[in-house]
Amino acid sequence: MPKDEYQSRAFNIVGTRPIRPDGIDKVTGKARYGADMTAPGMLWGAILRSPHAHARIKSIDTSEAEAMKGVKAVITRADFPKLDLDPGMADILDNSMAGEKALYDGHAVAAVAASSKSLAYAALDAIKVEYEVLPHVVDVDLAMKPDAPVIHAARQDETVPEGLSENVTSRSQYGHGDPEEGFKKADLVIERHFTTAATHQGYIEPNACLAQMGADGQGDLFVCTQGHYMVRDTCAEILGLEAGKLRVTASEIGGGFGGKTHIWMEPVALMLSMKSGKPVKLVLTRDEVFRATGPTSSSSTDIKIGMTKDGKITAATGTFRLQSGAYPGATAFLSAMCGFAPYDLEHVRTEGLEVMTNRPKAAAYRAPGSPMAAYAVESVIDELCQKLDLDPLETRLKNAAREGTKSAYGPTYPAIGLEATLKAAQEHPHWTAPLGENQGRGVACGFWFNFGGNTSVNLMVNPDGTVSLSEGNPDIGGSRASMSMMAAEELGIPLDQVRCVISDTGSLGLNDVTDGSRVTFAVGLATIKAARHAIEIMKTRAAMKWGIEPEAVDWVDGAAVPAGPNAGKFPPMSIKEIAAIAANTGGPIAGHCEANAEGAGVSFATHMVDTEVDPETGAVKVLRYTVFQDAGKAIHPDYVEGQFQGGAAQGIGWALNEEYIHDEDGRLLNAGFLDYRIPVASDLPMIEPVILEIPNPGHPYGVRGVGETSIVPPLAAIANSVSRGAGVRLTSLPMSPPKIRAAVKAG
Amino acid sequence: MIFSSPETIEEAAALLAADAEARPLAGGTDLLVRLRARQIAPSAIVDLKRIPELREITEESGGWRIGAAVPSAQMNEHAALKSAWPGVCEGADLIGSTQIQGRCTVAGNLCNAGPAADSVPCLVAAGAVARIAGPTGTRDLPVEDIPTGPGKTALKPGEFVASILLPAPAARQGSAYLRFTPRTEMDIAVAGVGIALSLDGAGKIETARIALGAVGPKVIVADEAAQTLIGTTGDDAALDALSQDASAAATPISDKRGTAEFRREVIGVLAKRAAKIALTRAKGDTA
Ligand SMILES: Cc1cc2nc3c(=O)[nH]c(=O)nc-3n(C[C@H](O)[C@H](O)[C@H](O)COP(=O)(O)OP(=O)(O)OC[C@H]3O[C@@H](n4cnc5c(N)ncnc54)[C@H](O)[C@@H]3O)c2cc1C
Repeated sequence: MPKDEYQSRAFNIVGTRPIRPDGIDKVTGKARYGADMTAPGMLWGAILRSPHAHARIKSIDTSEAEAMKGVKAVITRADFPKLDLDPGMADILDNSMAGEKALYDGHAVAAVAASSKSLAYAALDAIKVEYEVLPHVVDVDLAMKPDAPVIHAARQDETVPEGLSENVTSRSQYGHGDPEEGFKKADLVIERHFTTAATHQGYIEPNACLAQMGADGQGDLFVCTQGHYMVRDTCAEILGLEAGKLRVTASEIGGGFGGKTHIWMEPVALMLSMKSGKPVKLVLTRDEVFRATGPTSSSSTDIKIGMTKDGKITAATGTFRLQSGAYPGATAFLSAMCGFAPYDLEHVRTEGLEVMTNRPKAAAYRAPGSPMAAYAVESVIDELCQKLDLDPLETRLKNAAREGTKSAYGPTYPAIGLEATLKAAQEHPHWTAPLGENQGRGVACGFWFNFGGNTSVNLMVNPDGTVSLSEGNPDIGGSRASMSMMAAEELGIPLDQVRCVISDTGSLGLNDVTDGSRVTFAVGLATIKAARHAIEIMKTRAAMKWGIEPEAVDWVDGAAVPAGPNAGKFPPMSIKEIAAIAANTGGPIAGHCEANAEGAGVSFATHMVDTEVDPETGAVKVLRYTVFQDAGKAIHPDYVEGQFQGGAAQGIGWALNEEYIHDEDGRLLNAGFLDYRIPVASDLPMIEPVILEIPNPGHPYGVRGVGETSIVPPLAAIANSVSRGAGVRLTSLPMSPPKIRAAVKAG
Repeated sequence: MIFSSPETIEEAAALLAADAEARPLAGGTDLLVRLRARQIAPSAIVDLKRIPELREITEESGGWRIGAAVPSAQMNEHAALKSAWPGVCEGADLIGSTQIQGRCTVAGNLCNAGPAADSVPCLVAAGAVARIAGPTGTRDLPVEDIPTGPGKTALKPGEFVASILLPAPAARQGSAYLRFTPRTEMDIAVAGVGIALSLDGAGKIETARIALGAVGPKVIVADEAAQTLIGTTGDDAALDALSQDASAAATPISDKRGTAEFRREVIGVLAKRAAKIALTRAKGDTA
């Protein structure tokens, strides 16, 4: 349908900054988050977790806990049905409740439901688990060695070369040309090894849910998640239920960043409810969030890039090893796809290796796989620029991918915005601002694919002409505002005439998870189509009233009008007037759209940052930060800017201080916000967002996703800035003060 | 668990003496966190905040007596206390965040006996003395003698700190507290230095006391480092010597928050920087 494609137009509402519709509820405490729901007769759930990184579970004695007054259910893996699940589903079940082995410190081994929280914890203390502690491995490079302790045997696929541990489950390869030939043409070739630590999404709201299974096999689940349809389908499959019998409602959500696109403890809550026959509330503690809900992968990367002395990249190769935690399936393949995506390369080859370790199952975290790849690639490009005395922005422009470039991961790009971000960076006053002693300026580029996916939207025209809009994606970045704006724009009515709600799984068709920066693009597309559908119906109703053909009616400024002089002379009929006569012209009016959206445009960013290093302590202060990113079209610019700033803030934390620290027994030492250091407000300067709008050809308004690209460049941008300010190049994240101090001392 | 809020010191002492597992509660910013994390399960909690005299800052012989239930925000709103002991107040001002400071006390910081407690080094440098109340009356003890190791204090069963006395400041005195944390706020000191010094009429350092935090099992009184400063003008050579002495006095461990080597280096850097601030403040006094 050509009408789905981008058409240049003037907007009335899109591009403005109205007050968010969910704001008052959130600041007054009325909004209901995961832990805010209660039910009559509700019990409290709690989970017993393995203190060992790797252990065989020899026995679990729950008898004492079961005998306690007020304890209504105790479950272990033995309580879950033994179904013939595919390996991915079996892994999710096993991660929710350990089977034969506990695979990481914090792995669930049993759970209870009791009449009070303190009783639930007391019952956990009464459960006796006998473990046989096994050798463990948490480091990605060590886990690849042939003699490493094996997490799961026989999960390797045919792509993995010989001689590696069974922990290496898959290998992916991308690229084109012949890098060996290309390196010969280079004036300088630099090859470096990089590591990054596992970092947690650090969402402020701990995972929480309220599960209610009825004796009739029907159930309800209220849960904090990025995708309630995914929760429904996965829990139903694991528990042997029919999806239609389980209704899942998404709570308001206090952050997710990819971490809530997975199942962690929902099947446990449902099973506790099944066994006890009562509603069960399960709220994780922060300690549990860190120990048992996935951080992103740690990584080990080799990058080799050749460049001529005038700054042309002649060839590039990369090997990306990402640890996936206790189950197969990290995102090394995405690292291998994304690392060189910003550049137009004749010779490029990459490989990604997915590696299991005794850590919590790795989870998506904003552009999964891409930040660590960009860190390594952009660091080497920067070092080449330093050594060849080249301008880092000019050099990137010289190699930048543009429309028609064959990307490093295969496809040829349509119109893209990388060059625009680089040029905007060159023209911004930040680029030429003076720097002081120990200060440095770094730049880096980043890429993310963005995604479309399954989407359903209903748009109801109410009898009074107001509009009720239903979408099925948890509003994590302002989607209710953006959808309302697109609906109002398309219908030609004031914004306050539209209210958008997030529907539960029982009231709207399938919606994929809120991930891949897909919502403003895909749900926006579906909203526009649903509005267009409603407009068609309203035109028909007006035509009926006027006694003319529906084709002879146009829709202008929120009203039906005769299409031209030949159609007849009738005054415009507003949406309110059409709604008022709906009962007599065919009944209720609603538009809807169900689609698997394609055409999500890729998004690029360039980040620029100034830092100052205290050479005596190794402390880094971030002085100034500017984000240049292509948004396609910013529907609500405040939210777009928030995404730019949020990604940069999280990337700054990843670069400087965040890391999972394990002791020699593989236990996590910093499962809390005191010692897992996400940046606080006073650690950050004002992060200036510069929105560029290179329309996505695949969206009627030109929208591209913006939520993920923003976390891709900061790791490298900060590293490049520190390297230029302190005169030392670090190749391992985080660049915490002791590491920088040691590097400065070593010269 | 029994919760009580006595209104007199005697009543509090009796309640604490009656139950060996009872814990005093000041701001609760350590106690309640540990309770909720299920790290402790006291049989009784005795809240000190309802005892009127523990909520006051009072002048005493030119110095200031700070009640054990005075939150650090109240200290930092007290202009005279701040101008007399800026280093002590800035230590208290670094604890947690605005919300935490509405509750937390320096007595709680001291009695929690964490090696990294931010208000303690400068209290020690200031020569502060704790008044301890107990079932048999009161006794005074220098603050540095209260913590005996991580989580351990010299308080006997039934005893609690009722107040802390900061002595009258000397003429031409300056004090300062500096800490190093990877984050700017909401963090725990990797190293911390409290210093109090005074100048003679000629601008030479006459008295100095330096205490080091987070680089040993408890706060360290760095007497040799202080001696290095005395008699100098606090010139670069003296500050370098101070820096080395402070590093030498430290007995740090390596843990998730920093290596021993890093802590030893940073404590020296902080000592030098804190001394500079204290010197500037002392000179401001004379002007
Ligand atoms: C978010 C957060 C951030 C923090 N940041 C910092 C920081 O930056 N620097 C820092 O040093 N600390 C920090 N802390 C720890 C804590 O706030 C301080 O140690 C604070 O000074 C404790 O004082 P309180 O009055 O709240 O003590 P409480 O929690 O009431 O008591 C602490 C301990 O001392 C005992 N106790 C209290 N009063 C007395 C008394 N009068 N006599 C005998 N025993 C007593 C209690 O029984 C308990 O064992 C932080 C805590 C939180 C939650």
